[in-house]
Amino acid sequence: MKAMLAIIVCVLTLGMTGCGIQPWVKPYERQNLADPIMNPNRDGVSASYIHHVHETRESSRGAGSVSGGGCGCN
Amino acid sequence: MNIIRIATFGILLFTGLHASALEVGQAAPDIALSSIDGKNIRLKELRGQVVLVNFWASWCGPCRQEMPLLEDMYKKYSKLGFTILGVNVEQDNSKAKAYLRDVTVTFPILLDPQNIASKLYNVEAMPTTAIVDRNGKIRYVHLGYKAGYEETYKKQIKELVKE
Amino acid sequence: MTRLFVARTFILLALGAAQLPAANAGVLPEERTDLLYHRYSGDEVTVSGPSLLVRKQTSTNTSVFFNYYIDNISSASIDVRTSGASRYIEERTEQTLGVDYLHGKTTMGFAYTDSAENDYEATSYHFNLSQDFFGDLTTLSMGYSKGSDTIRQTGNPTYLQFADKQSYRLGLSQIITRNFTMGVGYETITDEGSLRNPYRVYSYCNPESTCAARGFAAEIYPNTRTSNALSVRGSYFLPYRAALHGEYKVFNDSWDISATTMSLGYTQPISDFIIDLRYRLYSQTKAEFYNDLFNRVDEFNFLGRDKELSTFDSVSFGTTISYEIAKSGWWIFEKGSLNLSWDHIEFTYKDFRDVPAGRLLGSAPGTEPLFAFGADVIQLFVSLWY
Repeated sequence: MKAMLAIIVCVLTLGMTGCGIQPWVKPYERQNLADPIMNPNRDGVSASYIHHVHETRESSRGAGSVSGGGCGCN
Repeated sequence: MNIIRIATFGILLFTGLHASALEVGQAAPDIALSSIDGKNIRLKELRGQVVLVNFWASWCGPCRQEMPLLEDMYKKYSKLGFTILGVNVEQDNSKAKAYLRDVTVTFPILLDPQNIASKLYNVEAMPTTAIVDRNGKIRYVHLGYKAGYEETYKKQIKELVKE
Repeated sequence: MTRLFVARTFILLALGAAQLPAANAGVLPEERTDLLYHRYSGDEVTVSGPSLLVRKQTSTNTSVFFNYYIDNISSASIDVRTSGASRYIEERTEQTLGVDYLHGKTTMGFAYTDSAENDYEATSYHFNLSQDFFGDLTTLSMGYSKGSDTIRQTGNPTYLQFADKQSYRLGLSQIITRNFTMGVGYETITDEGSLRNPYRVYSYCNPESTCAARGFAAEIYPNTRTSNALSVRGSYFLPYRAALHGEYKVFNDSWDISATTMSLGYTQPISDFIIDLRYRLYSQTKAEFYNDLFNRVDEFNFLGRDKELSTFDSVSFGTTISYEIAKSGWWIFEKGSLNLSWDHIEFTYKDFRDVPAGRLLGSAPGTEPLFAFGADVIQLFVSLWY
């Protein structure tokens, strides 16, 4: 019982302190990640249109990196 | 019993491994960097003035929003013994130089391509603003920028220049 | 002893909490307007029209967007040609209104979409929640959507059917290094109601014994469908300033369809231009109740001949050229871009036959050539940021 409590406390505190691991990419090192070319859907209107072109002709749906809207196409 | 002791020690050890966050009241770590104009600027040499240290990057949206507002503050309060150090954290500062050609600021811009100052100030958000009093102590820390923050900065600067 | 332990625990937890960075780094999507002209043409179907998106931040924490989209459809697709019907013209209008709200490191989004054409109306609600944590290296997102469709049939005023859809999404994106991010996504979708197209028919041997000709009868679909999709994606920043993107997705559903999608992208900026290259491979296996040619009418409980439910592959490649405009601002705009994109998709069906071509060749039912076609997708759009 006490061991369980100790483990839970350990896990909780480790969790809150990020397992004692610091974020390994600092905010001031995000230059490349913030570049718009790193976003495959940087132009949302175009990305969601191409996603729509594929989805209406295939059975596969969901888990796209583009957020969906509704479509009532036959 | 023993397990609890080990657990407590483990927790204390892990929390201790954290780099200490920037604390209000601590002495501001010294910054010695060259400015965009080529001059060498040192924070210690600005003792006696209220200094707002702002860590920014050209790729950071909120940083760009904040820039003209910092320029306004600089123009307004610099006669009262206030200055701003805009520390650019980009490893490649060509974009920062291009940005500053379009948006002119008159306060010193320091270049920290090796992130020496960023590490000393434990920059955990972009932008990070630390306001240092005339005795070189950190009095206020702001992480990030949202519209309205500049009003808080002005209040804090006014308070510190009176000292 | 226990009281002391509890007290110590709370103190330690409190200390731990105090060390969490109070950093607020969540950012709302950029304010922008995009005007797109799109055009799809393939299989004697042309769908074209505009799409307008306007996004504006209405306060420090709130961003609102509106999308207006039109499809002008002119179709003599394989199904239309098989049935001998004439080309039909139709217009579909879709409008979406959405709001995103930022609170600390949490973003909440809500959107409403309405799509209408003369024989189909679909309305849907979407809810998304995303949270940054662990120094903003990790983003967890969740989403839920609910849609309601109303289906009619032109020329049959008494035909009225409904279909409902619910979707649950879970996603995780993780910064791996300063040049590499990865993401994982999972989505499960359930449909209920009338899931068939009122105009589409299945085909059967007529008569069954000799199969001399194809007979046609209205499709019968199950009235539920549950699907699962799992995707993994990554983006890598190349040191000379370019980006590599990849995505792999697997799909399966309760109709026995399984599909995989693999796509690769390369983005290369060149002075004021950005060039994107894309390649995509898709393959799926057929639905349990799909058949190009059934042995007799009402052979099974469910019968369908929608080529989207057949076994097929598609290969597509495309490119986008973007040109930066208004670099130092123009009027109220901070910057802009002019974009042209072209995608070519080749569909190859493994168990769906080209009946009209078969008629020209005099093929016996079931021996018509397998269907295949190519489609071209063009987009021309201008984006403005403010």
